[in-house]
Amino acid sequence: MNPTNLHMYALAAPLIGAFVVMIAGRYSRRAVAPLVLGVLSFSLAAALAVFLQVLSGGGFRYVVGNWLAPYGIELSVDRLGSLMQVLVSGVALTASVSAVKSVARDLEDRQHLFFTLYLILIAGLHGLVLTADAFNVYVLLEIASITAYGLIALGRGRAVVSSFNYVIMGSTGACFYLLGIGYLYILTGTLNMADLARIIPTLESGPALATAFSFCIVGLWIKMAFFPLHVWLPNAYSDMPDGAAVLVAPLMTKVTIYLMIRVMFSIFSPAYEFIQHGGVQQIVVGVAALGIVCASAMALGQKDLRRMLTYLIVAEVGYMVGGVWLANAQGMTGAILHIVNDALMTLCLFLAVSAIASRAESLDFDRLRGLFRRMPVTMAALVVAALSMIGVPPTCGFFSKWYLLLGGIEAGQWLYVGALIFSSLVNAVLFFRVIEIAYFRTSEGDANVEGPAAEPVREEAPAMMLQPLVAAAAALIAVGLVTGPLVQNVIRFALPAGM
Amino acid sequence: MNVELSYGPLAAVMISLLGTVPILLSDRNPNLRESWTVLISLGKFSIIASMLPAVLAGGGYRFTLAEVLPGVAIALRVDAMGMYFALVASFLWILTSIYSIGYMRALDEHDQTRYYASFAVAMSATVGVAFSANLLTLYLFYEMLSLSTYPLVTHKQDAEARSAGRKYLTYLLGTSVALTLPAMILIYSLTGTLDFTAGGILAGKADPSTVSILLVLLVFGFAKAAVMPLHGWLPAAMVAPTPVSSFLHGVAVVKVGVFSILRMVFFVFGTGLLGDLNLGAVLTTLASVTILGASLVALTQDNLKRRLAYSTIGQLSYMILGAGMLTAAGMTGGLLHLSMHAFGKITLFLCAGAIYIAARKSNISEMDGLGRRMPVTYAAFFLASLSIIGMPPLGGFLSKWSMVIGAIDGGQLLLVAVVLVSSLLNAAYFFPIVYRGFFARPAEGCGPEEIREAPVLCLIPLGVTALFCLVLFLWPSLALQLIQRVLSP
Repeated sequence: MNPTNLHMYALAAPLIGAFVVMIAGRYSRRAVAPLVLGVLSFSLAAALAVFLQVLSGGGFRYVVGNWLAPYGIELSVDRLGSLMQVLVSGVALTASVSAVKSVARDLEDRQHLFFTLYLILIAGLHGLVLTADAFNVYVLLEIASITAYGLIALGRGRAVVSSFNYVIMGSTGACFYLLGIGYLYILTGTLNMADLARIIPTLESGPALATAFSFCIVGLWIKMAFFPLHVWLPNAYSDMPDGAAVLVAPLMTKVTIYLMIRVMFSIFSPAYEFIQHGGVQQIVVGVAALGIVCASAMALGQKDLRRMLTYLIVAEVGYMVGGVWLANAQGMTGAILHIVNDALMTLCLFLAVSAIASRAESLDFDRLRGLFRRMPVTMAALVVAALSMIGVPPTCGFFSKWYLLLGGIEAGQWLYVGALIFSSLVNAVLFFRVIEIAYFRTSEGDANVEGPAAEPVREEAPAMMLQPLVAAAAALIAVGLVTGPLVQNVIRFALPAGM
Repeated sequence: MNVELSYGPLAAVMISLLGTVPILLSDRNPNLRESWTVLISLGKFSIIASMLPAVLAGGGYRFTLAEVLPGVAIALRVDAMGMYFALVASFLWILTSIYSIGYMRALDEHDQTRYYASFAVAMSATVGVAFSANLLTLYLFYEMLSLSTYPLVTHKQDAEARSAGRKYLTYLLGTSVALTLPAMILIYSLTGTLDFTAGGILAGKADPSTVSILLVLLVFGFAKAAVMPLHGWLPAAMVAPTPVSSFLHGVAVVKVGVFSILRMVFFVFGTGLLGDLNLGAVLTTLASVTILGASLVALTQDNLKRRLAYSTIGQLSYMILGAGMLTAAGMTGGLLHLSMHAFGKITLFLCAGAIYIAARKSNISEMDGLGRRMPVTYAAFFLASLSIIGMPPLGGFLSKWSMVIGAIDGGQLLLVAVVLVSSLLNAAYFFPIVYRGFFARPAEGCGPEEIREAPVLCLIPLGVTALFCLVLFLWPSLALQLIQRVLSP
């Protein structure tokens, strides 16, 4: 193991682990959990080591198997990519601790198959955050998506239909992206991001290039469920097994937004998107604002905690896409920061959902009554996540919202600023509605059983689900407090030149 | 002026936050739990008091936790204004803690551990607001206070508590997210800083219309100050146990609102800027309307705690009125009223609680003749109401007098009238309570023969606070010294 290829170990561990888990799991169910956790811990340790090294020594490019670019596979381990790798491996490890427990309950004899898909998905995400090749983005995105389709189909109720819907939408998105890079290849003769970035400014800006760009971006928008291309997400995310939701919900949309940033700034340039096509920029920010408002409003209409959260994911996608397209440093900083923060918030929320689901028969709001007494730790973590979603300091959600709002004000995008504030208020209503139901023991309807009744038993979720949840909640506050260094040492370097 | 780096401010804030741990752990042993509460409150007061000499000498302390945004840190700073408020709040917390023990045990309340723990967190947040070095830190503790008091407001957990809690958070959280947060970001994008600086940070950085918008956003954004029309949460919050109403909704929470607004006036806008743009009038107009409106509504309330709540709404605006006059005497009066009203109003609420424990009565119309049975309580009530009305020889006289002088200095005779008319209204809604207590004959069949004074743990705190209304009239020098430092640093 030498320090220049540690990131490859972080990436390869889950991939190799996937096959080991599948084979070993056939013979012993008990081998699955230690294998999965071991592989992911190793992966996190390696990713952390790479991150520290990149922080002190700066980023580097790496050629897999010494096949030189533009034909070989090139990886770019820069500050942002390395941070994303830490995020992916950290979230994956935390999620899997809880998933081990919930999958053992939901999918008794298919655990090893579940975790095979799970680990391949994680390997795909590792690849996505590091790759420096536009075509590999397509390949890895499909690896991640196809495994996600499988994981969703393992879920409850109409999961198969939801998964099928996602397959159709996801494949459409993938085709769009593939067509986009096809055009790019015709125009430039290369698929390496650095080469593309060098050649594109020399090309005439014509409809061919615009088609390439818009196909790539729209493809990614479908994959990230950017309003109004989001319709597949709420069903898919609320029907999948809790063990999968804790991994897929925090990471998939966020990594896709990271890819959008890569396409916009590592392949194309701010000059192309924001100066040559300024009108488009205005429209995208407007749509993002509209998406935030609509998704928040739809979240208000939900009666089930899981479904409510899925609409919030759609709203948050609007935050980040809008932030990137604000075309200023503050907005971009906010968007990147929000990728990290939103991944952690979503992780914490879905871990809480998973913990509650282990004790309550359903997540209908009515079933959550009196939950504060039964599961005080779970609910405390849920409150922290809720505060972060609303944007209360010192939780991390406040700081990314701060940058996004600052960017919106500087860009004069008042619609977007208004949408962010509206969404904060809606989040406050949404979460305090849940908290109120859980805090009071009786529902509004039955007036005769008021006040404190007999003590219900305290039945907290199992420790394996509680510990990752508490860790995630603590991370929300810890990351909030290190926002300053994070922006200073990582995100500042990720801003494209000229912003 | 030397401002020392020190862990003092951090300790002052954190002691009660960390104190929740032993409180929660001694859930099964009420005596131990209450000892922790009293011990922590004493500790908090001593830590704060130990920093007083340096502040009086013109220095202070500061502590920086983390620089979270460029130029903005989560940081604490002890200055005269913060010290003034923190001293009052932490001193009254000791008395409230003692009173809580008597009250909660006399009524055999449920969930007392949660109650004491939330109280301790709220106290951390209050001192946090007092010692905030910048707007971001203040916002952080402000929100923490709203959230930590929610379980206290909804303590009863019945339908009324539920709707009161909903109203509470809607008003407080809604305004802070929708108004304060954008104002804060706007200030940051205009000036690049959020630090509280004597003389303000906005002068020369913002055009007049922006300054006016910011002022309105912030006055309403800090809805804890209950400036009309954002006052509705306060009467609703009266469903909380009385120690909560007395300390939090008579002193800590509402004064955090006023304190925040005054911080903005003195340290973000700067009185010079407000004077140049003639924006003091915005403050005085809003305050005058609230003072008169709330006093009139208070007259119509029969529930004692609700009457006191409306009285609080009116009295809070006095402090804003004084600051809005922008004259030295007016601002002194406004700041002085912060402590004078604190001691007066907490006494009144504690008396209301004592009456409830002793007689289980909360409506004024049912309190005929109670004064003869509960002379100590009613005497304290009488003293405190005199102080709020502004009669010598009680503390409230000093602050109202100073405000009248301030209004005359500024040539705003209309404001003199506001102060005087409102004082008459105060008398009109307080005296009948005392009169009924001592002189009215109780209705047949519900005679108060068997009613006795409340437990001694309740009587001592309310006696002490009532005495302080008198003491503060005779020796106001500490308060005045600190205020002097605020106004001319």
